[in-house]
Amino acid sequence: MSDFFTVSVLLATVAAGIRLAAPFLLAALGETLGQRSGVLNLGVEGVMLLGAYGAYYATLRTDSVLLGILVGLAVGAFMGVVYGVVTLALKAEQGISGIGVFIFGLGLSDLLFQRQVGTPTPIDGLRDWEVPLLGGLPWIGEVLFHQNVLVYAAFLLVPVLWYLIYRTPFGMNVRAVGETPEAADSLGVSVNGTRYLTILIGNSMAGLAGAALALELGIFQQNLTNGHGFIAIALVYFGAWRPAGVMAGSLVFGLVSATVLQWKTLGIVAGTTASIVGMFPAVLTILVLVIVSRRTGAPSALTRPFERGR
Amino acid sequence: MIVVAPAGKGGMLLEMEGITKQFPGVLANDRVDFDVRSGEVHTLLGENGAGKSTLMKVLYGLYPADAGEIRLRGEPAAIGSPSDAIEHGIGMIHQHFMLVPTLTVAENVALGLPTGSRVRQDLRPVRKRIRELSDAYGLQMDPEAYIWQLAVGERQRVEIMKAIYRDVSLLILDEPTSVLTPSEVDDLFVTLRRMTDDGRGLVFISHKLREVMSLSDRITVLRGGRVTGRTVPDETSREDLAHMMVGREVRLAPSRIEVETGEVRLSMSGLNVAGDRGAPAVIDLDLAVRGGEIVGIAGVSGNGQRELAEALAGLRPVESGKAAMGGADTTDMTPKEIRRLGVSYIPEERMRDGAIGDFSVAENLILVDYDSPPMSRRGFLDFKEIEEGCSDLVERFTVKTPSLDTPTSHLSGGNIQKLIIARELSSDPAVLIASQPTRGVDIGAAEYIHSVLMERRAQGTAILLISEDLDEVIGLSDRIAVMFEGRIMGVLDKEEATVGHLGLLMAGVADDAA
Amino acid sequence: MPSLNRGRFLARLSGPGVLVGAVLAAAVIGAVMLLALDANPLAGYGALVAGAFGGGKNLADSALKAMPLLLVGVGITIAFRAGVINIGGEGQIIAGAILSTLFVLGFPDIPRFLLIPLAILVGAVGGAFWGGMAGALKAYAGVNEILSTIMLNLVAVQILNLLLRGPLMDPGEIERGSRIPHTERLSGNADLPILPGGTRLHLGVVIAVLMAVACYYLLFRTTQGLRLRAVGHNPHASRYAGMSVERSVVLAFMYSGAMCGIAGVTLVFGSLGHRLATDGGATTFTGAAGFNGIVAALFGGLHPLWTIPASFLFGSLLVGANAMQRAVQVPAALILALNGLVVVFVVASMQARARLSAAAALLRAEEGLSSDPAAPAGETESVREAPP
Repeated sequence: MSDFFTVSVLLATVAAGIRLAAPFLLAALGETLGQRSGVLNLGVEGVMLLGAYGAYYATLRTDSVLLGILVGLAVGAFMGVVYGVVTLALKAEQGISGIGVFIFGLGLSDLLFQRQVGTPTPIDGLRDWEVPLLGGLPWIGEVLFHQNVLVYAAFLLVPVLWYLIYRTPFGMNVRAVGETPEAADSLGVSVNGTRYLTILIGNSMAGLAGAALALELGIFQQNLTNGHGFIAIALVYFGAWRPAGVMAGSLVFGLVSATVLQWKTLGIVAGTTASIVGMFPAVLTILVLVIVSRRTGAPSALTRPFERGR
Repeated sequence: MIVVAPAGKGGMLLEMEGITKQFPGVLANDRVDFDVRSGEVHTLLGENGAGKSTLMKVLYGLYPADAGEIRLRGEPAAIGSPSDAIEHGIGMIHQHFMLVPTLTVAENVALGLPTGSRVRQDLRPVRKRIRELSDAYGLQMDPEAYIWQLAVGERQRVEIMKAIYRDVSLLILDEPTSVLTPSEVDDLFVTLRRMTDDGRGLVFISHKLREVMSLSDRITVLRGGRVTGRTVPDETSREDLAHMMVGREVRLAPSRIEVETGEVRLSMSGLNVAGDRGAPAVIDLDLAVRGGEIVGIAGVSGNGQRELAEALAGLRPVESGKAAMGGADTTDMTPKEIRRLGVSYIPEERMRDGAIGDFSVAENLILVDYDSPPMSRRGFLDFKEIEEGCSDLVERFTVKTPSLDTPTSHLSGGNIQKLIIARELSSDPAVLIASQPTRGVDIGAAEYIHSVLMERRAQGTAILLISEDLDEVIGLSDRIAVMFEGRIMGVLDKEEATVGHLGLLMAGVADDAA
Repeated sequence: MPSLNRGRFLARLSGPGVLVGAVLAAAVIGAVMLLALDANPLAGYGALVAGAFGGGKNLADSALKAMPLLLVGVGITIAFRAGVINIGGEGQIIAGAILSTLFVLGFPDIPRFLLIPLAILVGAVGGAFWGGMAGALKAYAGVNEILSTIMLNLVAVQILNLLLRGPLMDPGEIERGSRIPHTERLSGNADLPILPGGTRLHLGVVIAVLMAVACYYLLFRTTQGLRLRAVGHNPHASRYAGMSVERSVVLAFMYSGAMCGIAGVTLVFGSLGHRLATDGGATTFTGAAGFNGIVAALFGGLHPLWTIPASFLFGSLLVGANAMQRAVQVPAALILALNGLVVVFVVASMQARARLSAAAALLRAEEGLSSDPAAPAGETESVREAPP
């Protein structure tokens, strides 16, 4: 254990924690926007898997990480359109259709991987980019400014999303539609139009989150995300539907994951203990849900399809 | 200051001609003609389900009409959505407030309006304009307050502000007074008159005859989707209007007989109950109801009535004080234990608390006594007994249903309420707690429900009647308690209860101060 | 007045038509996917159908594959009917399998006629416990059950892998040093007996069907079932009627988990190796039955009896998929992907169906009530009949 409490290891762990927080954060921010408009998307995990595979495959074939990122985004956007049609036009029950999307993503990503790639082939994934000047700061520079571009993107999206939700006309529509869609509709705000847009953005971010995961690890395998998407949904509750709160939750999970990894690397945990430590994220998620369950502030119209005149 | 509609006062604003709207199985509007002139209040009067709301929803673009024409200021208008209606200068104040509780007053007013910038929402000019209009129309409000912080009367003012801010020339008000105290209704009418003085036209939808007589310039009565009468207040009476609404003679007050009251069956002493947000909702409440007595609780909704009913049912914890029913202390009992003492409920929100929409009529009828013989034995339901028992109840309480298997949500509101009453009264309860028993049902069903309540009273049941319909409370109760902000402002005997006196108490003016 | 149950039965019958459409839609998309993967859809589907239904052996394999789907599907149905969504089938299967394995390891010598029922009971308890946790979290702490069951799945997989790599590992494996993560061959007294007829069909299939029938009775013929359904449809009104919503939610999850736990028992004691095993990854030994069971339940219209044919259909799809994989080299994961689509389509069509049938019923109700469409409620007449 003393190996763990050295400055260099601790700094590396925190830096890794921030890096590992990025996929959670991207997916959870997207889900936050969707839920704010009243749409629950439980398919995040499936969309992440598809985005991850798309990004991995594109990078594998072209050696272009940028193309991989774009493919991840595009896959997410496509799934957003599909989910929008299913939940908004067809008004399908959101909880179960999300599970359908999850199973679909789980199956399709595995199918494509087996058929198109077959054996796990590592790729040259995202590289760290040192921010000029800031990267040279002692300690802080190493932790915060030696990260890959998707990590910067994820954390920059926190204020961007905050501004979008609280300071723009679109954000006001989103909040109104998620709370009292009838009121928004009676004033000429397009309820489903607003929701299509939030779902599109939210799923694109889920696709990006998958890309971040695959390109960070440089590999793909069946069920690569292993619960990341579902944890991201829990983080939305944890963050009380606010970007800053979601960020805090993502950091907690990133740091926990990084610590577990570091302990395994250092041999502090092994064998049976490693399995027990491997349960941490799932157990922590349940604990988090228990703690925040009495939290109020969920958008009132969450999961309720909108029908005019009722 | 306010520039309104080119049509001068008295000019024709709206003409609806031959509007027909068919829903599956119901002809909601059958060739209805309706018009509004600038500067007038034209009332649409009718029972629930008569087609008034449908007609106005067609006008506001919420439903497409199957046939008919709408003309605005003489020009044919196609209104396919609320946006079209808003563009034509039509506003609507819905029966249920169309406000977003988590947004501020200014944000609610600005919602849906074009803004200067797409990337930045600047509410400063909105707040300024709201303040100007507040002064002009006597509508006091703080533009930066959140809706959830406002009382019901204040929310109503925000709704009107939304309409004035958009400078509507035609405003539809769908049952706007149902949540207001009598004095708030007076204030509302003053504001509405100011709006007609500006040359706007108003459509007032109501079934409250007293208000209709005092506010309207013209009255159109609907029944079963058709126009059954057109008149003006000077040439008609409340009785005539009721006749046009229902199509037959109506007794507005139920007949009552003297009943010997028995012992106290329901008592509350020093009762304190918290609301959903933890704030006190019922405060130090003392009240007793004897067998053979109806005690009414009057008051505007939201003053603790729902929390009181839930606490008495065992659904909401009692903070302090005591509730007793049928001689037992029920303060800490579960709903099941309380029911076993012979307590029945008619809940306020019938589709939420009273019946299960997806369940069949039979399943709803046995919802309380399904787990005791004869409905079930050793945990297994006895379908033969259930069918017999339910057929009997349906007949006795005149529930109109095609079959016992019909999903309950397919029945009309009045029939669902009868179903609930059949279930709750089938066990000969010692205590009945009835909340808003006739809200939203048609006059026929209301009359019937009143007669059933009077019948139970004659049989010695202690009845607590919670209602915001003053006519109902006065007509049925032996004593009337008025609730305001969780407290009882006063208990009046039937003889001393007048609308004026009750209205003062409902507004929180205590007797000694009045 | 018609009898209470006939109308309901007819209403159920009208359902499957729309559902078949959902499967056909998924099949068409599957064909497009096969084309996109350079495989001949006709050859693929041909191999699939032959593999699923061609001959007694294949039919028996399909039935065996359907067995856990049916048990999970029935469990999911109970939960759905009680208003909660149980995505925790995987974890509950594992919990039932672990507990029954531990029991049989501890008491291998109990006579067969006793050991099998006891193992099933213990497995049911294991599943009920794992499901009950999600129920209790939902009822008493307000935790979203979809998220909690997913997380409990992850935990169960970790526990299984931990046990099979550690204390429960076959001593033979340790001796040989091959360290394959599975238990020793379990007591022969716990082997589910093979049914006569020369196929691999065993008692588990019978148990699954019996459980479906039992759950039908539970849901629709007992007071407890009425309570579960009442709470599922409208917790507020149920509370007013004196029912405990919390107890109902926990109970629904326990029943649901018990069914999944029994599925775990049949998978272990009906397996070819007669042992509890894992692939070391996320799928373990369940074959994703915890998820595929959801599809069967939805396809069965959330009715225990209709879930029997629905499970058989999806069981055969899974068997056929393996044949297809051999014939056209398209991974069987295709079926999982298509199952996801079926879930989405079925849920989407449910909404449309509900609206259609509501409209139709309303129409029938009006016709049955009055000939004058303008007076739908008919209240005025009823008042005259009322006692004074």
